[in-house]
Amino acid sequence: MSRKIVIPFGPQHPVLPEPIHLDLVLEDETVVEAVPSIGYVHRGLETLITKREYPEYVYIAERTCGICSFIHGMTYCQGIEQIMGVEVPDRAHYLRTIWSEYSRLHSHLLWLGLFADGMGFENLFMNCWRQRETVLDVLEETTGGRVIQGSCKVGGVRKDIPAATLERMLSDLDPFEIKLKELADIFLHDDSVIHRTKGVGILPPDEAYALGAVGPTGRGSGVAIDMRMTGYAAYGKLNFTPVVENDGDCYSRCAVRVKELFTSIDLIRQAIRQIPEGETEVKVKGNPDGEYFSRSEQPRGELVHYVKGNGTKHIVRSRIRTPTLTNIPPLVKMMQGCELADVPVIVLSIDPCIGCMER
Amino acid sequence: MSYMKKSPWIMHYDASSCNGCDIEVLACLTPLYDVERFGIINTGNPKHTDIFVVTGGINEQNRAVVKNIYDQIPEPKVVVAVGICATSGGVFRECYNIMGGIDKIIPVDVYVPGCAARPESIIDGIVTALGVLEKKRQLMKEPAGKTDVTGGEKK
Repeated sequence: MSRKIVIPFGPQHPVLPEPIHLDLVLEDETVVEAVPSIGYVHRGLETLITKREYPEYVYIAERTCGICSFIHGMTYCQGIEQIMGVEVPDRAHYLRTIWSEYSRLHSHLLWLGLFADGMGFENLFMNCWRQRETVLDVLEETTGGRVIQGSCKVGGVRKDIPAATLERMLSDLDPFEIKLKELADIFLHDDSVIHRTKGVGILPPDEAYALGAVGPTGRGSGVAIDMRMTGYAAYGKLNFTPVVENDGDCYSRCAVRVKELFTSIDLIRQAIRQIPEGETEVKVKGNPDGEYFSRSEQPRGELVHYVKGNGTKHIVRSRIRTPTLTNIPPLVKMMQGCELADVPVIVLSIDPCIGCMER
Repeated sequence: MSYMKKSPWIMHYDASSCNGCDIEVLACLTPLYDVERFGIINTGNPKHTDIFVVTGGINEQNRAVVKNIYDQIPEPKVVVAVGICATSGGVFRECYNIMGGIDKIIPVDVYVPGCAARPESIIDGIVTALGVLEKKRQLMKEPAGKTDVTGGEKK
């Protein structure tokens, strides 16, 4: 029987781009228990909703997280539109879908890079981020912002994409897909990656479901939950199936995200081919009165924006449930019994977005 | 840059940013902008750091962390506040848990504007910081007590 020691991990740590603190209880080199503590990034932005008018809060909602900012803004707008019964034009729905999928591409590429960095594969990190810049160029060209887009508004979208640009985006996807296939090949078949990820941080399917794992963390353990299947925005008119892997280890979670890159590309292709002509926004009159749970699929999983209005221009309550917070209990479960050296890989495997989580 | 005798290493800490500026700081290091070709490396160790890059505002829980990291960095050191949140609190200024910019806790030498700050402006901020770093290094060579080495310079 060896002695137990506690090693602090974070908030400032070389593999963590963001602060989260874990107390790792070790027995020799094995982690017996991981105790997370959070709150280093808590800002309290939900209370800002009482100080801003509801159309202005879209900007705040977008700044919940700089990685999936567009999806946050869109989910909030969907909530308000549902309360007020606003019929958003079809073209706006398609544009929202296209931007959402580009956001997912950039988020997954970002994560794949950080994951590679976490296991010490520096070259792969750089290559993922090189490809990510292609996505950011499209986002910047069409919305005006690289990471914070600000193109969504209550009642539609602020900007239209001209037909010529859409054509070019469509043709640019082919060379981009070839580049991604090269990356995918390394993530799925390279020996170094498999050695660091296969059989590490296993989350069994029943545990994943019971602990409420969402997004790629859940789908890597065989829980086929994908909010895009509910058909918000234009997803109901597009064909796709959620990517599911059954092993529940870091490799599965990585494989889900790698394969989702191609799902996203396929969705963008379908959306660009089907996009109808027409208006991109409707005028919104009056104030929201009522409450709504708006759900969407963020790159990290299910995102819920709860909004409650009382007929004035100020919303009474906003509540955001982000996927990372939901994925923390599964993370604690995964870390029980793992080696200390695997901790960075396991922590990164849930794609922690602390900025979202603590709001 | 000929006066630079050694490569400046940076350390990035996310105080309470939304991630927007953080990923732009990382984007500076990766192939499109690639400041690593000038020897600017993102290190995780405060003891190896010359330039401390902070994003996001200060809140109740991370003020001790930021102060602690700052204290561990050896002199001469330069602090760069990246993004409007690190400068003044930005959109989150009125949030109950935000105390304001980084300069409430530690002296800041260079402020980089933007929400999120663009990689070009972050690189510009780091280059400005290199000048400040060299100035502080020169000051350290002077006899003690003559000048205040911690005194910053606003951009």
